[in-house]
Amino acid sequence: MMATRWFGAPVQRQEDPRLLRGQGSYVDDIDLPEMLHAAVLRSTHARARILNIDTSAASALPGVHLVLTAKDLGEVLEPSPLLVPHHALTQPRTQLPLARDEVRYVGEAVAMVVADSRYIAEDALDLIEVEYEPFPVVHSLEVSSAESAPLVHADVPGNVAAHLVQSVGDPDSIFPSAPHVIHETLLMDRGAAMPMECRGVLARWDAHDGTLTCWISTQGPIPIRNGLAAIFHLPEHKVRVIAPDVGGGFGTKIMMFYAEEVLTPFAAMRLGKPIKWIEDRREHFISANQERSQLHEVEYAFDDAGILLAVRDRFLHDTGAYTPYGIIVPIITACTLPGPYRLKHYYSEFTVLYTNKVPVSPYRGAGRPHAVFVMERIMDRIARELHLDRLEVRSRNFIQPDEFPWDVGLVYQDGGPTKYDSGDYQAGLEKLKALLDYDNFPALQAEARAQGRYLGIGVGCYVEGTGIGPYEGAMVRVESDGRVYVSTGVTTQGQAHYTTFAQIVADQLGVEPKDVLVTTGDSQSFYWGVGTYASRAATVAGSAVHLAALKVREKAKQVAADLFEASPDDIELADGKVFVKDAPHRALTLGQVAISSNPLRYAYGENARKLMSMKLAGSRPGPALPEERGSPGLEASGFYSPPHGSFASGIHGAIIEVDATTGDVTFVKYAAVHDCGRIINPTVVEGQVHGGVAQGIGGAFYERLVYDEEGQLINASFMDYLLPTAAEVPPIAVDHVETPSPLNPLGVKGAGEAGVIPVPALFASAIDDALSPFGVRIREMPLHPCRLYELLTNAQQ
Amino acid sequence: MKPPRFQYCAPRILDEALTLLDQHGEDIKVLAGGQSFVPLLNMRLAGPAYIVDINHISELHYIETEDGYLAIGAIARQRQIERSVLVQEKHPLLVEVIKHIGHMQIRNRGTVVGSIAHADPAAELPALLTCLNGEVLAQSIHGERVIKAEEFFTGYLTTALEPGEMLTEARFPWIPPRAGWSFMEFARRAGDYALVGAAAVLTPAPDDTCMSAHIAYLGVAGSPIRAHAVEQMLVGTTLDQRALDAAAEAAREIVSEDMSDVHATVEYRRTLTAELTKRVLKAAWGRRERQERQEQQRGEG
Amino acid sequence: MLERDDDFSQCVEECEIAVIVNGHRYERTVPVRLLLSDFLRHDLQLTGTHVGCEHGVCGCCTVLFNGEAVRSCLMLAVQADGMAVTTIEGMAGTNSELHPIQQAFQEKHGLQCGFCTPGIIMSVHAMLHEHPDPTEKEIRHELSGNICRCTGYQNIVEAVKLAAERLREQHMEVE
Repeated sequence: MMATRWFGAPVQRQEDPRLLRGQGSYVDDIDLPEMLHAAVLRSTHARARILNIDTSAASALPGVHLVLTAKDLGEVLEPSPLLVPHHALTQPRTQLPLARDEVRYVGEAVAMVVADSRYIAEDALDLIEVEYEPFPVVHSLEVSSAESAPLVHADVPGNVAAHLVQSVGDPDSIFPSAPHVIHETLLMDRGAAMPMECRGVLARWDAHDGTLTCWISTQGPIPIRNGLAAIFHLPEHKVRVIAPDVGGGFGTKIMMFYAEEVLTPFAAMRLGKPIKWIEDRREHFISANQERSQLHEVEYAFDDAGILLAVRDRFLHDTGAYTPYGIIVPIITACTLPGPYRLKHYYSEFTVLYTNKVPVSPYRGAGRPHAVFVMERIMDRIARELHLDRLEVRSRNFIQPDEFPWDVGLVYQDGGPTKYDSGDYQAGLEKLKALLDYDNFPALQAEARAQGRYLGIGVGCYVEGTGIGPYEGAMVRVESDGRVYVSTGVTTQGQAHYTTFAQIVADQLGVEPKDVLVTTGDSQSFYWGVGTYASRAATVAGSAVHLAALKVREKAKQVAADLFEASPDDIELADGKVFVKDAPHRALTLGQVAISSNPLRYAYGENARKLMSMKLAGSRPGPALPEERGSPGLEASGFYSPPHGSFASGIHGAIIEVDATTGDVTFVKYAAVHDCGRIINPTVVEGQVHGGVAQGIGGAFYERLVYDEEGQLINASFMDYLLPTAAEVPPIAVDHVETPSPLNPLGVKGAGEAGVIPVPALFASAIDDALSPFGVRIREMPLHPCRLYELLTNAQQ
Repeated sequence: MKPPRFQYCAPRILDEALTLLDQHGEDIKVLAGGQSFVPLLNMRLAGPAYIVDINHISELHYIETEDGYLAIGAIARQRQIERSVLVQEKHPLLVEVIKHIGHMQIRNRGTVVGSIAHADPAAELPALLTCLNGEVLAQSIHGERVIKAEEFFTGYLTTALEPGEMLTEARFPWIPPRAGWSFMEFARRAGDYALVGAAAVLTPAPDDTCMSAHIAYLGVAGSPIRAHAVEQMLVGTTLDQRALDAAAEAAREIVSEDMSDVHATVEYRRTLTAELTKRVLKAAWGRRERQERQEQQRGEG
Repeated sequence: MLERDDDFSQCVEECEIAVIVNGHRYERTVPVRLLLSDFLRHDLQLTGTHVGCEHGVCGCCTVLFNGEAVRSCLMLAVQADGMAVTTIEGMAGTNSELHPIQQAFQEKHGLQCGFCTPGIIMSVHAMLHEHPDPTEKEIRHELSGNICRCTGYQNIVEAVKLAAERLREQHMEVE
């Protein structure tokens, strides 16, 4: 394996200067001639029949060009695609682009207005009169699962969308004779990703050549391209979907075929003018997908040594009013629960229930925070029952490095086995202990308690399935000036793909990352692919980039070998040159090799002139482009399809202080130890961890979506849905363990979601520890000071 | 989230503004800093037919020392007061309170008088004005009147202002000599509206017991509450632990039954109010100037 | 501040304004309800200032208004008449060199998706002007008016420290 110079280096990002100057190009930054503006009227009821919609006053408002309701959509009035079907999802339901007879959540799209400006469009919304007949609302899992609950969908009995059982070993045989059995109810409640950029769609229909172009703030332009082509009966090559700069995704934007993604192109085609729809924050709260709501009933059996023998977990998953993204999130929960532990007997049963709330699709972590919360609560409880150290209990249960690959025995979200490829959990634990000075903490805690202060330390371990298929691809091409052009189907929302992919290519082609220009997110630049989600871009697309770059490297060697009459094995690439080993004067620039490999009739440019003047092997008889050469130029595509997911892992810990009177919590110290296999760019990985931790802290203690009994979101603004600021997020110490993945050529594993996954678990762990004199046991997330105060008061009574 | 349509005027003379207010009665709103008002416009929770922008009325831009109080004109920015050396010296409690308002970007535009006119019960300045027994000056084209703080705030976002009137000045009485003061609040994040907050001013008697006490709370009811009952309990005491505990217990009663929201139940607010009371009173009392210290200084002088 | 002769006591729905943005004077006719953020972004095509919430909390829209950091989503364009606004586009010099604050953000990986970044840089610019030597605690407190969802703030804080150091050095050199 050749030495790598750029892989693993903390290279500064290529994309930064542009973004720092304010020269980013997010959807709302793009203005097209004759562009019009759309706004969407949304349901104000969580569950109602629509009796009548009167749009006459809105249509008559000067500056309004179009008002659409369901009846205007023709063939396009179809439920949106079910993105991820599953055999257990027996009652899937997806949303119509505009509600026709019924609305099922506050925020559901009911009408769309197109006007000269967003201001006028909103004026028109105020003039649309909708007559609703409200019905009883299914506002929680409790209501949804009750006997004779109201039905979110009239034809879905019991509001049950799906039911899935997975089982490993024989838990039923373990429980009766186990030395210890505990049953607990654990709850996690709704939160949302809240990227700083809301959603947006700009659609342009060019009637002259029948082309639809859409700029969408999305994580998955290629599938959207395919879907729009189908919906509008256009050839795929006549549809182009571009994800420009995207201001954060975190899963919210991997949900596809949001109503507006269909309505905006529809309006553009209807009016023959470009239409821009930009979501505002209030809309985002009630129409961009949310996540995190599950209720777990878990039983677990363990022995006197703290070894976990068996787990039975039954949970309810709130999918909201529709199931556009299938049941990915609860499947991930079920598969993530065993974690880094040797769990041979495990029963998982989940029921997915409809509620009259915003639909649920993945948000960073995608079901893993819930699973880790459950398992880590189990570990802490075992320690408490047996008076053992919490980390000691975990160590005793860890899968050991020589036990990989470890087959958990479940079917993962990609349909493949949940099979851990590599890991070293104990090493991570040791590093965490060092970062937190864990062994000295009890003394610190005792000292604080003597002063009436409550310090606690909490930990959370996790294993994260990443880098799943089906595949990604990339194309690498050397241009005549020696720079390298890379395009791939994944998208970027801040993960630095423009830099990390450039590093991968730079290593293979002997250039610097700054000379490698990467394009992501344009369905026309690279036709095939899926998108950025599930911590897979670096692993899957990165591997594809690597494979493509390898092919280009081989070709460059072949071309140079022919020119120098040497063997390809004697050719090297470095510093932008291609040369004969040990004879560096026999060299060409990479650009010159690219020109040579393309037998054009016409030569132009300085490189070509230079080539002409060099004494190189003359032309041979036969075709200018011989069959064995394949294709002209130094260009190749590569595709990578992982056999199954690779499993990253980590352990985080934090020291907190709880104010036992007010229930407020401050972080004293936070440490994250993280294993994502080999690291392409450590600065980028650490940044991802920092960001995930901040979202985790938000989701544990500041953010909670509060719905009332009418299904109204009562805190639908940043004033009352609290995102943590720099003053709430502590400094985060990060350390790494690197257990390469044997599954892909780079040895990498995913890193994007890791930061957020263990935070709710460790927060609960830390509070339990801080408030152990009161016997507090945290069984729910998120918390806030008022709730903690209540729990503390109850514990003291 | 774009504002609805309105007619806009930006007079440079106060009388012009007052004339407009008189003409349009209920249909006109004043725009000063806009930090509370523009969000309402953007969310279309407010939709006045007319908006009068008073930011160009230079005669309203002042911070002045008067006999008995600090007078702040309607368009003096919160940030200006925060940075004013004069105010830092002569009314440090006001500076301390302003520092708790939002973030600097808000304070750069937000006005002191505007915050008072907006009358959000979770806002800091209305509570401070109430604590100090301050006043506001309301003007219309028909004349002017001075309104005491406790009469001015009548409920959630409601004040005693009549149509045609606007606030042109807020008057913050000086802290009595030797008095200790403090302001504290419990908020979820830096710069948030507080869950509860309190401003306290305690004046010691010559024998170093409490001669007079002013304490006002925000976030406990629809308007700021001046806790007279709590104050009376403190007079004559040395603010020892027993007095603080009793005051804290009494303060619980101030929290109104309807003060339950996303962040806090009534019961929790009561607990916070009690805890806050102890902390704020202790801090205020600790800041007082003791007679003996003063005498010592005089002796040395 | 420019002197204006217009009679502003008449109520209007549309208005001619002249605003100095990044040193250039722009004259436009605008609806009175047009937000300053939209004016900058769409009337002047200065799209570096971003819109994240339109209720004054997230800070993405922060610009300098007569040198002070403000939320442009909470101002009307007409309020900028005769005033000077500085946006992110005004931070880098005409020879395209990044401002020390921008440079520090690049070096410390202080941005990921870049959406909150212009607002943060403008706030930091204002902050360091007033507090050239802040502690970490002060930096975090001052930054609490800008929300970032990507970075967890850690590298932003490091970038601000580095920027502060470099600006202090620069200031000393000038003196």
